[in-house]
Amino acid sequence: MKRLWLPGALVALILLLALAAPLLGLPDPVRQDIARRLAGPMSGSWLGRDEFGRDVLSRLIWGARTSLSVAFASALTAGVIGVVLGLIGGWSRGVGPFLSVRSMDIILCFPPVLLALLVVTLLGPGAATLILVLSVLYLPGFARVTYSEVLSVRGRDYVEATRALGAPTRYILLRTVLPNIAGPVLVQLSLAVAAAVVLESGLSFLGLGVVPPAPSWGLMIRGARATMEQAPLLLVWPCAALTLTILAMNLLCDALRDAVDPRTAGR
Amino acid sequence: MTGVWLAHRIAVSLILAWVVATIVFLALHMVPGDPAELLLSTGGISPDPASVAELRQKLGLERPLLVQYGAFLAGLLRGDLGTSLVDDYPVLHEIALRLPRTLELIFAGTLLAISIGVPAGVYAAMHRGGTFDRCASGVTALLLAIPVFVVGTLLVLLFAQTLRIMPAGGFAPFAQDPLLHLKLLTLPAIAIGKGLAAVLFRMTRAAMLDALANDYVRTARAKGLAPGRILVVHVLRNALNPVITVLGLHMGTLLGGTVLVEYVFNWPGLSTPLLRAVEARDYPMVVGIVLTISVLFLLINLIVEMLHAALDPRIGAR
Repeated sequence: MKRLWLPGALVALILLLALAAPLLGLPDPVRQDIARRLAGPMSGSWLGRDEFGRDVLSRLIWGARTSLSVAFASALTAGVIGVVLGLIGGWSRGVGPFLSVRSMDIILCFPPVLLALLVVTLLGPGAATLILVLSVLYLPGFARVTYSEVLSVRGRDYVEATRALGAPTRYILLRTVLPNIAGPVLVQLSLAVAAAVVLESGLSFLGLGVVPPAPSWGLMIRGARATMEQAPLLLVWPCAALTLTILAMNLLCDALRDAVDPRTAGR
Repeated sequence: MTGVWLAHRIAVSLILAWVVATIVFLALHMVPGDPAELLLSTGGISPDPASVAELRQKLGLERPLLVQYGAFLAGLLRGDLGTSLVDDYPVLHEIALRLPRTLELIFAGTLLAISIGVPAGVYAAMHRGGTFDRCASGVTALLLAIPVFVVGTLLVLLFAQTLRIMPAGGFAPFAQDPLLHLKLLTLPAIAIGKGLAAVLFRMTRAAMLDALANDYVRTARAKGLAPGRILVVHVLRNALNPVITVLGLHMGTLLGGTVLVEYVFNWPGLSTPLLRAVEARDYPMVVGIVLTISVLFLLINLIVEMLHAALDPRIGAR
């Protein structure tokens, strides 16, 4: 348990900053000020200004908001649909599991970035496309985890007892089975959020994710590459923010997994 | 590895390739609305009807869906992937020119990852809890957290921009200038291989620790076998199986990563035409490249499974 609090606190801090972005009195992250482009740190803009004279600190914090909202939206969408599919697959017999769980495995035949690029070609870049693509990509994970957990739980006495009491299937699945498999699903959710942050930033870096001028860490790195010579620090800040966020999330995932499944602890 | 097992695995891979092709074909038709209009629309402005009609004719969209599907599959079997919507260049020619460069990058990254990750994992497991073990575990966590394009960009910033000891990117044919070619390959290979190296390190270390704890290792030690021989014959061979599984699992991430790395380092592989095509919404080109890389992914997984069976006779015999 002691490994949970440090990454947990870091993730909580990043989430809090992202949520509180409008309350922090930061300069407008998209307002340009060409006269002060690439200006160094000064009072009022601690990390300086970017190639369009926009405040870097403000863009970093608003960028966290963009990244995390896309990541959470897609992980939650994938989670809800995937868990429902997994519950149906784990509970039914015959072709049910095949249709609801195994069919999802097709998504795993594609390297994730390429499936995302295919969809971006069709729908055009933007936050909505990103959320759609990312939730499709993480669907099989949720369906698989839920499916295997339901299989191991469905024969337990307390499930049998609820069924014997005459509870309807929907009640059994949502009130009896779901709470008992919540741990692994939660771990899967944290993994999906971390993976979504990575993929969102990657696509935005390619110019095919979040649409400029909205602040995004991937877009900031893309923009700072051009001015690497004059202002290398512009490149370092978003790289550091992104890496630190993902590192904290990964450590939190590991700690959560150990908390849920004591067998993996101590490895 | 029996012939029946091998035939079965190849059949499964072929079916998956067919499913992948079907999904890629259907993707254009699954989106609500007219596909031609969809590809031409930008930011909610409806395109002019003449160009929509032209594109519809070019893609053969006026034919029934089944006829289109049949023509698409027949084209694939002939090796015909259609032509680019932008410049009418055959998609297959573009892929034939660029695929070897992408493969070279993947191969170099994988080779680098294996030659660093596996020995480091073995060493860390042999000296469990030591300084190297603890440092390497920390470095691994960092390597797994840092996205490929961030590593690539930071490598350029450090080695090309600040220290000026490496070129920032580009490509030189091996036949013209082998030394420059390898120099240009080094940073991209590091960027691509870093995640795999970290994963391989973790898996090798864990698998080695598991294998070392087995009774047969104790027996081998007790009968006085040389430590080097125990390591290679008794431990490593059994530890390699999970490592190879992980290698296969990580390939999807690695193939996606090459798109980003090629972009960072201006490596003229498949990612250049792919990204250009995504931006221009050149659907046949995107489909051709996505299909090629996805089939490559299936092929790599088939090879990984065969390696697996070769190392563990129990798998092929089932």
